[in-house]
Amino acid sequence: MTCAFPNNGAVAEVLVVEDDAAVREGLQLALRRQGHVVHTAESGELGIEVLVRHRPDIVVLDLMLPGMDGFETCRRMRTAGPIPIIMLTARSDDFDVVAGLEAGADDYVAKPVEPRVLDARIRAVLRRAVNERPSESPQPEERHGDLVIDRAALEVTKRGAPVSLTPTELKLLLELSRTPGQVYSRQQILSAVWEHDYLGDSRLVDACVQRLRAKIEDVPARPEHVQTVRGFGYRFGRS
Amino acid sequence: MKQLRSWLAGLRFRLVAAFAAIMILGATTAAGVSYVNARTAILEGIQDQTMLKLRDQIAAYLPTLSLPPSQATLDAFAAALESSNAVVAYHGLRSGPGIDLDSVPPDLRQAVATSTNIQFQRVDAQGTPMFFVGVPVQTGTRDRLSGIEVYAMVSLSQQQTAIDELARQAWLYSALALPFAVAVALLAARQVLRPVRALNAAANQLGRGRLDVRLRATGSDELAQLVTTFNNTAAELERTVGTLRAMEADARRFVADVSHELRTPLAAMNAVTDVLDEDADQLPPDTAVAARLVSAETRRLTRLVQDLIEISRFDAGRAELRREELDVAAAVTESLAARGWEPGAELVAELPSGITARLDRRRLDIVVANLVGNALRHGAPPVEVALRKERGDVVLTVTDHGPGIPEEVLPRVFDRFAKADTARARSEGSGLGLSIARENARLHGGDIVAANTATGARFELRVPREAW
Repeated sequence: MTCAFPNNGAVAEVLVVEDDAAVREGLQLALRRQGHVVHTAESGELGIEVLVRHRPDIVVLDLMLPGMDGFETCRRMRTAGPIPIIMLTARSDDFDVVAGLEAGADDYVAKPVEPRVLDARIRAVLRRAVNERPSESPQPEERHGDLVIDRAALEVTKRGAPVSLTPTELKLLLELSRTPGQVYSRQQILSAVWEHDYLGDSRLVDACVQRLRAKIEDVPARPEHVQTVRGFGYRFGRS
Repeated sequence: MKQLRSWLAGLRFRLVAAFAAIMILGATTAAGVSYVNARTAILEGIQDQTMLKLRDQIAAYLPTLSLPPSQATLDAFAAALESSNAVVAYHGLRSGPGIDLDSVPPDLRQAVATSTNIQFQRVDAQGTPMFFVGVPVQTGTRDRLSGIEVYAMVSLSQQQTAIDELARQAWLYSALALPFAVAVALLAARQVLRPVRALNAAANQLGRGRLDVRLRATGSDELAQLVTTFNNTAAELERTVGTLRAMEADARRFVADVSHELRTPLAAMNAVTDVLDEDADQLPPDTAVAARLVSAETRRLTRLVQDLIEISRFDAGRAELRREELDVAAAVTESLAARGWEPGAELVAELPSGITARLDRRRLDIVVANLVGNALRHGAPPVEVALRKERGDVVLTVTDHGPGIPEEVLPRVFDRFAKADTARARSEGSGLGLSIARENARLHGGDIVAANTATGARFELRVPREAW
């Protein structure tokens, strides 16, 4: 699915955590030119402080940081709330990507960063939270076992208790649960949720599914809601 | 036939042949010598017996002999010598009993007539060996010939049979020695050739790159020395190759480190190239040119560094393959579309759908982008992209209608920074595109080959459909 928002000046407050001054300044300049409000921090510790103080909409986080590294920073920010995080991998090495995604990042961009690519990813992440069209579901509240999904209010409750989901996790759940029982390939999910082109990294999907399961399943190892279909992809509910 | 010839020329055959020849020569000589000795012994035995008997009989009769003898005397003499079947002759006379005087060889008669000693001769009469003895009879005073001659004859046919048997046995034993000789020779050849064969196998392995191969040297013969020399050579080779590899690894790590170090400043510069481009219009003309130049070259440098990092990942063996089931035609179409290469006059795509394979989507994209990009840059339109299935492989060919690749460049076209046109020192690409494309193909267990067709250059990617 494509979003009906072109680059329409939707601005966000972005926190850039990057230790290299030149890169930090360059990114700040580029993102500001795209219309965003940019806060910067040169270490993970400072990043968390800024996060608490300014409550930005999204974090752009370098993985290679002195002191507290990017993975640890990512984990701590994640526990603080459902803030979307895009990580910058200095190496697009697979180990870094996997570790970063496991630490809770929503997406990643390999350095050297193309400002346009980063901007597009930021906007895609931010759209996730607001893009659900209420007209699609006449009845806003859907019940799937112990899970209740409110598509209008963008809220999910499990046995009556609200579940805190990041925009990406929420979007993934909304997409999968739209047609329970249907199998979605990773590529379909990537283009629907991440708005990545056909070269998107399917590990984003796997990592996000893991995080989603941890929040909505009773036993994440034996999922009832988000099920793996070996060799194809994922399916919501109903086997 | 060729095999037989090589076997005949082999060391083993030569060893066996030499051994057999020596054995046979030895056996034959031994058999021959013992044959001659035995023959002599047999013949001398019968001859001596015959001669002694005749001499004793003559000596016993001699006192009663009167001279000159008459026919009756001769007959009586011969009768006394009856057991020897002898004939007695005196000038023209000859005794009635006894052998036929004409059968006595003339040589013998001549010798008896002129000698005082007993004479003998062996004659082969129609295949039957005969032994003749001639005795010039002496009477009265010593050494005075009486003119009487006694001749006796013995058939040696029995002895000849015994001798023949002897010869037959000698030949038989020699012949029996032959297989024994061959067996011993084979054994010895194996003993000698086993280390030779082990050396051959080890040298073969060494040639295939197993530099840690060593042999156990046993004993202190020449072969053991050879084995020791081989081991030393292999060790030295291993050491040298190890050093070279370490140096190469160092060089590659240096490139990787440099690339990574370059990436951070480039990341900063790359972040602001858009700003430079956007604002260039508002700058004074010279500054605008400078800004655009810096921006464009920063992007190029970024591509180069990214390619270098990609290549060093292959060199370090850290390139990871993430296979997934793909419709190859769809993936190729998407790769082309993502770069704005739409089919038309410039680009002809022949991509039948339904060909699936388990490939790494991102790496296939890199290969397609590099091959098609290369054809569009260096060849002439139309560039043809064709996909086909061939047994277990997927084959993608990219053919252009340009001048083709110069023959001298063809073998190095996949080398890093290989340039078809030395005059054009700088091209749009990083100079690593084809190397990276091929590394990606090989990571899939396939390859890319380049060739010239009648109309231009052709690159052919071939990868197995299934991972194994």
